[in-house]
Amino acid sequence: MRHIISILIENEAGALSRVAGLFSARAYNIESLTVAPTEDPTLSRMTIVTDGTDRVVEQITKQLNKLIDVVKLLDLSEGPHIEREMMLIKVKASTMAQREDVKRLSDIFRGNIIDVTPTTFTIELTGSGKKTDSFIEALAEHKIIETVRSGVSGIARGEKCLQV
Amino acid sequence: MELSGAEILVRCLKDEGVEFLFGYPGGSVLHIYDALYRQDDVNHILVRHEQAATHAADGYARATGKPGVVLVTSGPGATNAVTGIATAYMDSIPMVVITGQVPSAVIGTDAFQEVDSVGITRPCVKHNFLVKDVTKLAETIKKAFYVATTGRPGPVVVDVPKDMTDPAIKIPYHYPDKITMRSYQPIVKGHSGQIKRAVDLLLTAKKPMIYCGGGAVLGNASEELRTFVRHLGYPFTSTLMGLGAFPASDKLNIGMLGMHGTYEANMAMHGCDVLIAVGARFDDRVTGKIAEFCPDAKIIHIDIDPSSISKTITVDVPIVGDVSGVLQEMNHLLKTGKKEPQKKALAAWWKTIHSWQATNCMNFDRESDQIKPQHAIELLHEITEGDAYITSDVGQHQMWAAQYYGFEKPKRWINSGGLGTMGFGLPAAMGVQLAYPDAIVACVTGEGSIQMCIQELSTCLQYGLPIKIISLNNRYLGMVRQWQEFFYENRYSSSYMESLPDFVKLAESYGHVGIRIEDPKDLKAELERGFAMKDRLVFFDIMTDQTENVYPMIQAGKGHNQMHLSPHGDDLPQDPEEELS
Repeated sequence: MRHIISILIENEAGALSRVAGLFSARAYNIESLTVAPTEDPTLSRMTIVTDGTDRVVEQITKQLNKLIDVVKLLDLSEGPHIEREMMLIKVKASTMAQREDVKRLSDIFRGNIIDVTPTTFTIELTGSGKKTDSFIEALAEHKIIETVRSGVSGIARGEKCLQV
Repeated sequence: MELSGAEILVRCLKDEGVEFLFGYPGGSVLHIYDALYRQDDVNHILVRHEQAATHAADGYARATGKPGVVLVTSGPGATNAVTGIATAYMDSIPMVVITGQVPSAVIGTDAFQEVDSVGITRPCVKHNFLVKDVTKLAETIKKAFYVATTGRPGPVVVDVPKDMTDPAIKIPYHYPDKITMRSYQPIVKGHSGQIKRAVDLLLTAKKPMIYCGGGAVLGNASEELRTFVRHLGYPFTSTLMGLGAFPASDKLNIGMLGMHGTYEANMAMHGCDVLIAVGARFDDRVTGKIAEFCPDAKIIHIDIDPSSISKTITVDVPIVGDVSGVLQEMNHLLKTGKKEPQKKALAAWWKTIHSWQATNCMNFDRESDQIKPQHAIELLHEITEGDAYITSDVGQHQMWAAQYYGFEKPKRWINSGGLGTMGFGLPAAMGVQLAYPDAIVACVTGEGSIQMCIQELSTCLQYGLPIKIISLNNRYLGMVRQWQEFFYENRYSSSYMESLPDFVKLAESYGHVGIRIEDPKDLKAELERGFAMKDRLVFFDIMTDQTENVYPMIQAGKGHNQMHLSPHGDDLPQDPEEELS
């Protein structure tokens, strides 16, 4: 099953490599990993999307907690939560028909066209991992020039939070 | 008081109560060595190879319970130390390793003797630090000791760039008494509700089993463990790492379990209905085939490390906490509670176990005209009155030492169980002998393993360490040979040791005593003669039966009830399964 694990980690050099090293050393899957500092500059927040049986995911959370730099951890998938990913996608759009169709699809998915040239559109799209996947599928008849995805960020709904 | 970084580092070690610093100098740590030269509080022990520095510190830590401390230079100094760091990591041994590093300004430029020590050691340390600011040096050393010695212990590396120890830069010195880290707060006390559940379950057992690991030794739980086992009267088995936590001579102790465990211990594991694991981690050498591990048992597991619980074997009652504290609470509940163990069922269970014991699985050919390695270990026990510190290397000799020495006390059996590091025994014995100068310290080894750190004979001479080296010389890498005999149709690929040195002359050339023993009739007298030389290192080169195997043996991936047994044991019970039911 797919899990989204949120971590507060000391904002120190090498903290990211400890997490990445743990996943490779213990052969855990990693779908995406994002990390950036929080409002407290001594802490970074990391979101890891992983996939595994309950037993494996339990080990993943325990092993992550065991890392000395990890301050707190929350498996967002255990409760209601929101996940978002940002995607930048550059699509070939040189004919009138192409330009209209790409614009229409972008509107349907609530994307923003943020760069326009005579032959290309670049679209910014935010949503769950599923939504960004669907948008790529929807563009099947068009030529995608490049795709950049931020990886998933997540947060729990309501009062539940991950803080020190 | 204003000190340089180098002086601060040495002063921190003094304030931490460090007796011995095992190390080897080099360019990046010269400032530190200069600071060491100008003080007498911390004794530096100069080894002959950095691997030995880590093993010696490790041996010191295992015997004393105090952290072992190491100082090595950057680059090859650090990489040579890695094997010893990984050895300590696998067995959860508290250790602080200070590695020199090239000056901050040239880090990342492939400078002379530069290696990414923090990166290389990351997978085999509990934690590591790179010191970037000399004003944080003392605090970092404090954190290193704190992390290494609390929770589940382990090695911590502190990488110190040369400019952090610059004698020209002096800053005020303050060593914190206490430190707290928001990201590291190990759980110590077990959950009382879980402890009660565990005790209730234990008392329902008809075929109980107590399985104890190295955590009971590291956690100083022997006393509580003795009370616990004797109160219940349940059969007790130990892992390789747990030997000595409970006396080998106690009738409740049915021997080691696992790949080379006793027939009775493995059969009892297979047949038990309630298993309590005390500071053990269900290692693959213990469990054999996971799917066939204790098929009928409800399992209770006490461990200080939450990630050890349900890692390979799913347990029914997990208890995260310090083993000694948890056992103390259990003992209290057992003493004050009204419920008693199931006496009748327990008597029947013991009867079955005694029938397994009757197979005499540890017997060997006592009439042989060759020296049997098992006999050598039995004599070692006799001559040292079972009271020695025994270190070992890795292989057949390690298993024989574990099986035949009979450890009565914790922290006496010092071996590399997790990583299985050949070359561990001699340097580990140095650490033990330094800690306990008057104790008998023996290193059980083989002609293969001893050659992996043989250079330390020189260190032993320098510090006058009267270690007794028991080298069971069978001219084979015995454990490899055994597997090749069993599983590779006697194709002895690279397991024969050719061109061996004359170990007696070798020992003599290092200034020690060498004794070769070839005839079983001489074995006892020669061992006694060597052990009588209390202030000398004696190297016993004992020529043993080349084809002797370690029995019993469970092939990797097989269940506990599928053992290869020694041809010298007695008959199996008629129908063990029937007696079980």
